[in-house]
Amino acid sequence: MSTLTEAPPPLAPAPAAERPPRRRGRRTPYWLLLPGILWLLVFFALPLVYQASTSVQTGSLEEGYKVTWHFAAYWDALHAYWPQFLRSVLYAGSATVLCLVLGYPLAYLIAFRAGRWRNLVMILVVAPFFTSFLIRTLAWKTILADGGPVVGALDSLHVLSVTNWLGMTDGHRVLATPLAVVCGLTYNFLPFMILPLYTSLERIDGRLHEAAGDLYATPLTTFRRVTFPLSMPGVVSGTLLTFIPASGDYVNSELLGSTNTQMIGNVIQSQFLRILDYPTAAALSFLLMAAILIMVTLYIRRSGTEDLV
Amino acid sequence: MPLKTPLRWLRRNLVVLAGLFTLGYLLLPNVVVTVFSFNRPRGRYNYAWQEFSTEAWRQPCGVAGMCGSLSLSLQIAVWATLGATVLGTMIAFALVRYRFRARGPINSLIFLPMAMPEVVMGASLLTLFLNMGAQLGFWTVLIAHIMFCLSFVVTAVKARVMSMDPRLEQAAQDLYAGPAQTFLRVTLPIAAPGIAAGALLAFALSFDDFIITNFNAGSTVTFPMFVWGSAQRGTPVQINVIGTAMFLLAVVCVLGAMAVGNRRRRRTG
Repeated sequence: MSTLTEAPPPLAPAPAAERPPRRRGRRTPYWLLLPGILWLLVFFALPLVYQASTSVQTGSLEEGYKVTWHFAAYWDALHAYWPQFLRSVLYAGSATVLCLVLGYPLAYLIAFRAGRWRNLVMILVVAPFFTSFLIRTLAWKTILADGGPVVGALDSLHVLSVTNWLGMTDGHRVLATPLAVVCGLTYNFLPFMILPLYTSLERIDGRLHEAAGDLYATPLTTFRRVTFPLSMPGVVSGTLLTFIPASGDYVNSELLGSTNTQMIGNVIQSQFLRILDYPTAAALSFLLMAAILIMVTLYIRRSGTEDLV
Repeated sequence: MPLKTPLRWLRRNLVVLAGLFTLGYLLLPNVVVTVFSFNRPRGRYNYAWQEFSTEAWRQPCGVAGMCGSLSLSLQIAVWATLGATVLGTMIAFALVRYRFRARGPINSLIFLPMAMPEVVMGASLLTLFLNMGAQLGFWTVLIAHIMFCLSFVVTAVKARVMSMDPRLEQAAQDLYAGPAQTFLRVTLPIAAPGIAAGALLAFALSFDDFIITNFNAGSTVTFPMFVWGSAQRGTPVQINVIGTAMFLLAVVCVLGAMAVGNRRRRRTG
């Protein structure tokens, strides 16, 4: 996702130096690529192949597994765990929308309104990264504790009655409900939304806002017709950077949720590490990967930013 | 009009207020972590406030296994950063500076790890290790960390090298610098900020990784795995001490780097 780290353009347009100096030889690029690419092939691509083959194996831990092209494993896995799949999509989707709603004003603030505070706010957005995310997620257990000030405030503002109606909470508690999981997911992936949004907002020429104002556009119209469309690349890469990791996450559901909020990541994790049912776990993991790749491809194609990567 | 002015003020600054709310949401857990590092919990869990105490700060390593896991995490992070930065920088240079076949597939191979949920990468890497009969531990974790940090380093370095003016290197060669000299005296210093950014990102990612590590660590316990385990067994206050110290250290480092950068900029005009 180049939008995160894209460098500013060079000061003067350099003449196209397509051909590098001859001296370096034709094989140099291959030698430079070889170790890293080999690493990715062996430890990223090959495991995916192994996983695909494991998913169609049958057998047991004692007798060993054999490839029997047991494709029914996929059907069985989907049949048994569709609620977890559905929850993953719902929770990750809600968290992504919340990240966008919460992150956009902050990115806008940093880009246009922060002035000399810009760097400080930027540091405050990134600094939490340096405290282990597990510690920070555990802190939500304290914040959302039953009968605590946050839950009390949400209750008296009737937010909880709305979320109760939506099925996100149950009664007067937040912890161990879907709302807590969504809240944790939103918190954990918010910076991944803010940074790309900021990068694309920051590139917008301030004079465009002035021009819109000169043409009698209200601030709202300026935002709707000028700012937001120009920030679309940031919106797209921000939503992807939020949705993808959130849909595979099992940490928030495990720490802040209950057995009723299990996501597909929880199932994969426990099948692999506790129940040791490797074929089912591999099938689930493969399904998650396929679902995400399909969704991402469709999304990128629809939003029309092909040059995202 | 006494009512209209505050309303107008509110409307003009609505986005600022909303942004500050989000900032508060982002920082609230850090505040809680810091405050609760001075807590003396009554039970095994440090979730409810009891009384003020600086005991955990005076004995940060007072919990069995925690500082060991911390130093293991630091070791893994250092080696993973080194490995990923070297390999990633090489790839980035090859991608920007040379033309070669199979550029498309190579680009996808670099992009895909960043677009893959960690659960999938961790689980599939475990199947590979199980099939090879590898002993899970330090080395399997290190292998995994280099793998997922690599792509981020490539992206960071690539952006910097791409923005570099190729005429600078041509000028060096016109001034009779050899290829090695050109690389060491011109190319590398210009690419350094990109490489540093990539390395920093790799360090942070590796140090804080839990999901992939959890799959491939076997019985080895890194710091995030220690925290995870303590969430089941009881959370010692010392975890919060480490979390707070890391946060403060990061903020101080960044502010220091900024101050140095500002002074240098002022001096060079």
